[in-house]
Amino acid sequence: MRRAATLAVLAAAIAFPLVATPLGWEFYVGFASRIMIYALAASSLNLVLGYGGMLSFGHAAFVGAGAYTAGILLTEGVPSAWIGWPAAVLVAAVLAVVIGAISLRTRGVYFIMITLAFAQMMYYVAVGMKTYGGEEGLRLASRPVIGLGLDLKDDVTFYYVVLAILAAALYGLHRLARARFGRVVEAIRENETRMEAIGFPTYRYKLVCFAIGGAVAGLAGALLAGHNSYVNPNLLYWTQSGTLMIMVILGGVGHLYGGLLGAVALLLLEEVFSVYTIHWQLGVGAILLAIVLFAPKGLAGLAAKHG
Amino acid sequence: MTGILFLEQSLNSLQFGLMLFLLAAGLTLVFGIMDMINLAHGSLYMIGAYLMASIAQATGSFWMALPLALIATAIVGALLEISLLRRLYERDHLTQVLATFAVILIANEGVRIIWGNQSLMLNAPAGLTGPVTLPGGMQYASYRLAIIAVGVLVALVLYFLVTKTKVGMLVRAGASNREMAIAMGVNIRRLFTIVFATGAALCALAGAMLGPILAVQVGMGENILILAFVVIVIGGIGSIRGALVGALLVGVVDTMGRAFLPAALREFLSPPVASALGPALASILIYVLMAAILFWKPQGLFPARG
Repeated sequence: MRRAATLAVLAAAIAFPLVATPLGWEFYVGFASRIMIYALAASSLNLVLGYGGMLSFGHAAFVGAGAYTAGILLTEGVPSAWIGWPAAVLVAAVLAVVIGAISLRTRGVYFIMITLAFAQMMYYVAVGMKTYGGEEGLRLASRPVIGLGLDLKDDVTFYYVVLAILAAALYGLHRLARARFGRVVEAIRENETRMEAIGFPTYRYKLVCFAIGGAVAGLAGALLAGHNSYVNPNLLYWTQSGTLMIMVILGGVGHLYGGLLGAVALLLLEEVFSVYTIHWQLGVGAILLAIVLFAPKGLAGLAAKHG
Repeated sequence: MTGILFLEQSLNSLQFGLMLFLLAAGLTLVFGIMDMINLAHGSLYMIGAYLMASIAQATGSFWMALPLALIATAIVGALLEISLLRRLYERDHLTQVLATFAVILIANEGVRIIWGNQSLMLNAPAGLTGPVTLPGGMQYASYRLAIIAVGVLVALVLYFLVTKTKVGMLVRAGASNREMAIAMGVNIRRLFTIVFATGAALCALAGAMLGPILAVQVGMGENILILAFVVIVIGGIGSIRGALVGALLVGVVDTMGRAFLPAALREFLSPPVASALGPALASILIYVLMAAILFWKPQGLFPARG
């Protein structure tokens, strides 16, 4: 049943540009790419937050690090996505290891705050990089080049590349959560003292989980840089971390599709409200509040209850 | 010359630190007593500043508008607490983040609908617009001195309230062990509404006093909210004394860093590198301070519990 639903959604996603382009909805192909990129970022946070139980309020740092790495490489004359995207993943992963190694010494609310502090540091680093746009941000001359006869400047091609990456990443996360590693991380979330007593190096497991989350977020950042042809420090501001967190909570913390559902729901809500009113934030805020009060487990929880 | 500059920056540090303390005092109690992450605290600061600006414009008097803005913001805070936040105390931190983030969105748009996109002007009160000459021949803005005076006064009053009165005792009891306080018969719900309204009034005071110096605009709360969080985490969540020490520490490090770090870097590095690196490093300093303090004292400087 579930597998069928997944395949149906995937088929719809594959068919979407084929239907949208003849109808003249090119704008929505780009919009859908943006949703999928945010879904990737939110899913990576969901790994850290939902499976690992680490309330990271600084995830935008990794998205931003990936975006800047890809953007800077492109500006410096390295257009190949085969170099730019892995480099973005690597930089974000290393950053996550450093930040995680220090932050994981603290617990609870203090962990939230120290990850936030690190993300703010990275934000000011980005603002301070005058060579790469500083506060203004960095405009990229073109999208990255991927070869294989694919032209990423074409929105539909870009859409399919993002879709393939998202599908692969979600499948990977699914396998990871089912593997021994995922089970151990979830068990640590439930009872860390006990896992430590049994003999698991809990700190190391959490750090690896945090680093994987950061790495995937870096990939999302690189895709976002390519999609917008623009990178700016606001990608790292704390409200961006907040937005990713909102997507995860909205979609369902610890559900495989939580990040995806949350990204789709939040960005669609914004889009729909902004068509009707410039005060769309009011409507989004009201709906978020309603969800907090009436659907405490997020959209995935709501679906599970009725399905 | 450097002596005067140093003195001036010291006063600026004190002024900034005291205003941060006004914001952090309410936030740390909310956090400490109810274990509640309230991202909307910055919105109360914004609402306070807007109310102040429009009341001051309507009445034409800064000092008459101030108490009215404080009371109005306290009412807004109490309403917010009773209608929404009260339902969130028993929920986990994630839910609190989501809900109060939603409140930020609503508050920002609400302010935009009522006051528009333009930032508001708030003038310093008559008689406090010029500089004064301090002993030693230094010129300093009289309004900034007034901010320092107000900040010190409020800090003293808060200290008295928290350490010497019955309500203060209950607040401290709630912060150090909420369950025990409830078991001893403290009406923690009512106490908390009072604390929250007081916190809102303090936010409004900070917004009103900073209004003539900074712009009164949408989004002003988001910037300062994070600084207030840094302050209470450094000081130890739930501790008023910690909030004061943390606020002054952040005020000094931030102000001094911005004033002297670029010049200090120029001693070691070439001017273009120093001028590029200086401001960024100065902005980062307080976060480095916070990370360092949490690294060595994971509960902050003055833990309220245990």
